[in-house]
Amino acid sequence: MNAPLGSLDRPNSYIGRAVTRPNAKRLLVGRGRYVTDLTLPRMLHAAFLRSPYAHARIASIDAEAARAMPGVRLVATGADLAKLCAPWVGTLDHFTGMKSAPQWPLPLEEVLWSGQAVVAVVADTRAQAEDAVEAVLVAFEELPVVADIDAAREAGANRAAAGIEDNLCFRSRLDTGGIDAIFAGAAHVVEEEFHFGRHTAVTLEPRAILADWDASEGKLTVHHATQTPYQFQDLYSRHYGIPEASVRVIAPDIGGSFGMKLHVYHEDMAVIGLSLLCRRPVKYVADRMESFVSDIHARDHRVRARMAVDAGGTILAMDVDDVTAIGAFSAYPRTSAVEGNQVIRLMGAPYGFRNYRAELAVVFQNKVQTSQYRAVGHPIACTVTERLIDMAAVRAGLDPAAMREKNLIPDDAYPCSSPTGYRFEALSHQASLAKLKALMDYDGLRAEQAALRARGVYRGIGLAAFVEISNPSPAFYGIGGARISAQDGATLSITPSGEVRCLISVTEQGQGTETIIGQIVADQLGVAREKVRVVTGDTETTPHGGATWACRGAGIGGETALQAARRLRDNVLALAAAILQARPGDLDLRDGLIVDALSGAERIRLAEVARIAYFRSDTLPPDASAQLSITHHYAPQGYPFAFTNGIQGCHVELDVETGLVKILKHWVVEDCGRIINPLLVDEQVRGGVVQGLGAAFFEECRYDAGGQLTNGSLADYLVPMAGEMPDIVVGHIETPTADTALGAKGCGEAGTAAAAAAALNAVNDAMAPFGASIAQIPMTPARLLKSFGKI
Amino acid sequence: MSAPLHVTLTVNGETLSRLIEPRETLADFLRRDLGLTGTHTGCEMGVCGACLVLLDGVPVHACLIFAVQAAGANIATVEGLTESAAVTDLQRAFHERNALQCGFCTPGMLIAAQGLLDRTPMPSRAEIRDALSGNYCRCTGYEAIVDAIETVARKRAAGEAAPRFAEEPA
Repeated sequence: MNAPLGSLDRPNSYIGRAVTRPNAKRLLVGRGRYVTDLTLPRMLHAAFLRSPYAHARIASIDAEAARAMPGVRLVATGADLAKLCAPWVGTLDHFTGMKSAPQWPLPLEEVLWSGQAVVAVVADTRAQAEDAVEAVLVAFEELPVVADIDAAREAGANRAAAGIEDNLCFRSRLDTGGIDAIFAGAAHVVEEEFHFGRHTAVTLEPRAILADWDASEGKLTVHHATQTPYQFQDLYSRHYGIPEASVRVIAPDIGGSFGMKLHVYHEDMAVIGLSLLCRRPVKYVADRMESFVSDIHARDHRVRARMAVDAGGTILAMDVDDVTAIGAFSAYPRTSAVEGNQVIRLMGAPYGFRNYRAELAVVFQNKVQTSQYRAVGHPIACTVTERLIDMAAVRAGLDPAAMREKNLIPDDAYPCSSPTGYRFEALSHQASLAKLKALMDYDGLRAEQAALRARGVYRGIGLAAFVEISNPSPAFYGIGGARISAQDGATLSITPSGEVRCLISVTEQGQGTETIIGQIVADQLGVAREKVRVVTGDTETTPHGGATWACRGAGIGGETALQAARRLRDNVLALAAAILQARPGDLDLRDGLIVDALSGAERIRLAEVARIAYFRSDTLPPDASAQLSITHHYAPQGYPFAFTNGIQGCHVELDVETGLVKILKHWVVEDCGRIINPLLVDEQVRGGVVQGLGAAFFEECRYDAGGQLTNGSLADYLVPMAGEMPDIVVGHIETPTADTALGAKGCGEAGTAAAAAAALNAVNDAMAPFGASIAQIPMTPARLLKSFGKI
Repeated sequence: MSAPLHVTLTVNGETLSRLIEPRETLADFLRRDLGLTGTHTGCEMGVCGACLVLLDGVPVHACLIFAVQAAGANIATVEGLTESAAVTDLQRAFHERNALQCGFCTPGMLIAAQGLLDRTPMPSRAEIRDALSGNYCRCTGYEAIVDAIETVARKRAAGEAAPRFAEEPA
């Protein structure tokens, strides 16, 4: 039940308040401590020789000259590290039939993409290591490159890797039955082939790791720019055979993550081994060129889809064929198949139709691995669905907003399920659409659009409703056999001075995790926010937990903090009651004071209770238990996922001579459940939208037929900059989940989920008078001019 | 590679003499030799703006200048601008508006904003967005940053001085 929360007029009522982030101040004054910034005594630096070929056999490695270079301490090959590190395979048990070749930190015989790290050099400085890399001689024998998704699936096709039987990593089918007959009998059928450009996270701080093996203690400490320190503690322990308690992973300030920094990277695994071999701290920071050829990419999909609609515009069915290309390995430990799985399961999720068929093929090729990146699969599913809805609306003679009003799942229809098997507790599509239309002045924009068209100005309005999947329960990775926790833990203490320490397993990458946890703890305990110190990102001090991904920070981390704070509050009141010879139920904790619950009169300060507990326990009654520290864990137990929803609107102006699109404005109405801090939620949404607009207009990892990335620098790979981005209006509907007391779900993926879909619909709307259309992102000027037949 | 050169320059008000390898960038010199890690490197090719510092009062990419080229120059980094309280109002406005998330771009953003407000005391939103077009931020979507700079421009025009930033509780 959510009832006790939400009152903002009592002391310490922080849940729902727009408060600033205490930990942002050090970042503003240049005192951030990113892994990039760290130095340790006797620290060495690693650099990697990378494959210039997309697919080749390693014939020989000659490192003699490199070993003699100034400052060089070690040159290590795949064989050297394979002696220390057990290989890994990127599959999940519940993805039946999934396969992937085993992986080692550095390749033993075969390189599988251009840019793959092949040889590691460790030297006193990074510059010396890079100099020595130039002196390593590797003889490669080129092998056929698998780069085309259709050729890759033909019988007898060249294989992307020697360790696999064929290039099909995973296949999945969903079918509710009778689809062909429904399409044959439908009044309208629309269909389209969609192309989505591979893109990548481009965190401003590249991947960074500093491994410190202390042979004297047998202890490995890893400073790692990651979202998921516990996952890496487990992996480093198991793959290098070091007892788990002797592996400490610290994730300090992190310069952006977005899902990219929770995967195993070959260089990162290698750096652990390099530190073991050198018995000294070894640091590796990817430079930007290395990031483009080694960070995971995402969203390389070709989707053929159709939608059947009756004469009145009611959607009857969808039929989808998704082929996604992932690289030569499936990523570890989350795999490269989750994205495609979510694409086919999120299709049509906001709408009430019951008939669905989908085919997913996840295909190996000789490119960088793909895997989870912010809003995994959502932009693909949303773009396909929402574009088909607009096409169907035209055929049915309905305005796009009216088409959605007709087909969205009614707000009073919950709980219900999607035809793909997702169970929805409570969503608010209709209220969101109504609010969006009001925020946009939708009817006014349509009138303006018509008037401007008469003057040769082509503006477009695009809508895109979405469902976001968040807060996975153990029914996902746990059942899949991956040691990725669905629960989180917090250790909460009253300090001897009556302040509060919260050590919690969710992590911070700037989204405000520590801030909201501090709000919740202060609110539920009854102390000022300034008295709560939140500590995250260190496996040695915080309890084991899933950490921050899939919007878990608020939904699971927040509930963990809430339950922990309530338990600690009970302990405090029980102890205070013993001291005061009162009944705990007659007392309350407000603003750092134990008060009479009815009158509010002060009885004793929290600091005084703490002083007695820590320093004068001799004065306590013999049966009093001074438990001022508690550890509490929470795992989702109700619905397997917490679904959120929302809708976005995009307004663009298209220059039909140049193909340039100006994004005039963008709107989002989203329902993340209980809002803990509106300031942070709004900025999560805005940042997410801009990542989605980047994919819509700019971002694409462009490969040639030989598997070479041709735009792998920040000068050539376009990211959205301030001048191209619009102001973004954000509105909210709040439907708290009843699975938790807090009621929060998640908001990190919402912006990215539907921004590209809304933009694609807006551009198509602008082009409608010319009978032109586009079904590919990014919508570059050249592609738009082609769609007009101008070039 | 050639022998280190003796270089004298002023960093955050302090004149220093150091032996510097000719190939070392100003960004690496500030970060490694002086421990001024508030200056970040995001692309090392002058595109992302994370390494902006003030060189004789003008924003420059510290990744595109060799440290030896800064001989005789006056460099200000985010650490120095914090101590001199020159950007206190910007820091405060960024904090209140939540105009940063991971914070990696933030020192560069502050330098770009300071440079803009020196040139154009009352910029329009479009001018602010234009001035930030060499500063990449992956987290915020830029709007909050534009808001914060707009707020500071208005306050500076009204002659409002901000109280010191770092010592106040959040």
